[in-house]
Amino acid sequence: MSRTLGRGASPWRTAGESLWGRMRRGFAWFLLAACFAAAWAADEPPAAQPVGDPAIEARALKLGHELRCLVCQNQSIAESNAELAHDLMNQVREQLAAGKSEEEVRAYLVARYGEFVLYQPPLKASTVALWAGPFALALAGVLALWRVLRRRSREEMPALSPDEAARAQALLRGKDEGERS
Amino acid sequence: MKPKYLIPFFIFVALVVLFAYAFRLDPREVPSPLVGKPAPAFALPRVDAPETLAGPADLRGQPWLLNVWASWCVACRQEHAMLLRLAREAGVPIVGLNYKEIRGDAELDASRLSPPEEREAALLRARAWLAQHGDPYRFSVLDLDGRVAIDYGVYGVPETFLIDAEGVIRYKHIGPIDERAWREVLQPKWAALGGGKR
Repeated sequence: MSRTLGRGASPWRTAGESLWGRMRRGFAWFLLAACFAAAWAADEPPAAQPVGDPAIEARALKLGHELRCLVCQNQSIAESNAELAHDLMNQVREQLAAGKSEEEVRAYLVARYGEFVLYQPPLKASTVALWAGPFALALAGVLALWRVLRRRSREEMPALSPDEAARAQALLRGKDEGERS
Repeated sequence: MKPKYLIPFFIFVALVVLFAYAFRLDPREVPSPLVGKPAPAFALPRVDAPETLAGPADLRGQPWLLNVWASWCVACRQEHAMLLRLAREAGVPIVGLNYKEIRGDAELDASRLSPPEEREAALLRARAWLAQHGDPYRFSVLDLDGRVAIDYGVYGVPETFLIDAEGVIRYKHIGPIDERAWREVLQPKWAALGGGKR
C-alpha cells in the first residue's frame, strides 16, 4: 500500500486535491471494497449436499456445529470450507440417515480424530482445569477485590480542617456556586 | 523489600516459562487416538494392479510404514527422496495410501467425471507421478473418496503411520518426513519394533 499511496502527499487529503490524488483515493476505496467483498465471498457457507430429508439435514447441521474442523481449527465442520470438513459433514449426514444417533456419530469421529474434535470436551481428570479454570480465576479475582475493598474501608478517613468543614457545609446547603471544574 | 512486591515478578517469570514451552508446540499436530490401536482394515485397488485389492493384512508379521500421499501434494514431493532412501537403503517396507488423487486436487473438477473415469484418471496420474519421482512403495492403493483416510484420522497430506508386526499403529507422523524427523523420532521407534534387521 505504502508504495502505491506514497509520494509525499497524504492520500486522504481532500482540500485542493489533484485529479491524480482523487484517482488514488478512488482506487484505495475500491481496494477496500474488494477486500470486503472477497471476505464475504469466503464466508459463504458450503453448498449443501443433496440430502433427501430436511430433518436429517437439520440434525447434521446442528451436530456439525459442535464438531471442530481439523484443518482450519477455529471453525466447526459445518462452517468450514475445507475439503475434509465437507467430507466429514457428508459422513455425519450419511450416518444420521442410516439411523445412527448423535452420540454414535460423535463417538465415530472421536475414535478417529480424538476429543480434539469436540467443542465441548467431556468432564474428566485431564479436562478439569479446562472446565473449572475460568470459574477458579473469577473466584480468585472476586476474593482479591473483596480483600482490597475491606482493607480500604477500614482505613481511617482524615479529619477535615475547619476551613474544609465550612465549605462542605456551604456545598450541602447549595450555596457554593464558585469554582466547579 | 517486602516479598509481597516480588509476587508480580514471579507471575511474570511463570508466564515466560509457560509461553516459552507453549510456543514450541505446534497446534496443528493433533495427537491421534489411534496410536496403540489396530490399524483399520481396508481393501483398496492397487495402483500398479487395480484388479487386486490390498490392505494392511498383506503386511502382517513385519513392521511397516503407511504413507499417505497424492500427486497434487507439494509436501509429499519434499519427503519423497527420504522415502526412496528408506526403502532402498534401510529396506523399510512402505505402503502408499493415495489420498483423493482427483477429488483432492483443487485444480480439477472431479464432479464432471464418472466413477470409472475418475478411477482411470487417478491411476494414470498416480503412475505417472511414481514413474517421474521414483517409487518407494511396496504397493500403493487408491483411496479415491478419502474414506479410508478418515478411518485413519488423516487430516492432511502427507501423514505417515508406523505399524508393528501385529498390525497395531505405534506412531503417527504429521507432515513430511525429513532426515531429522527420521533420525530423531521415527528411526528409534522403528528400531524398537525390530525393524531394520537385514
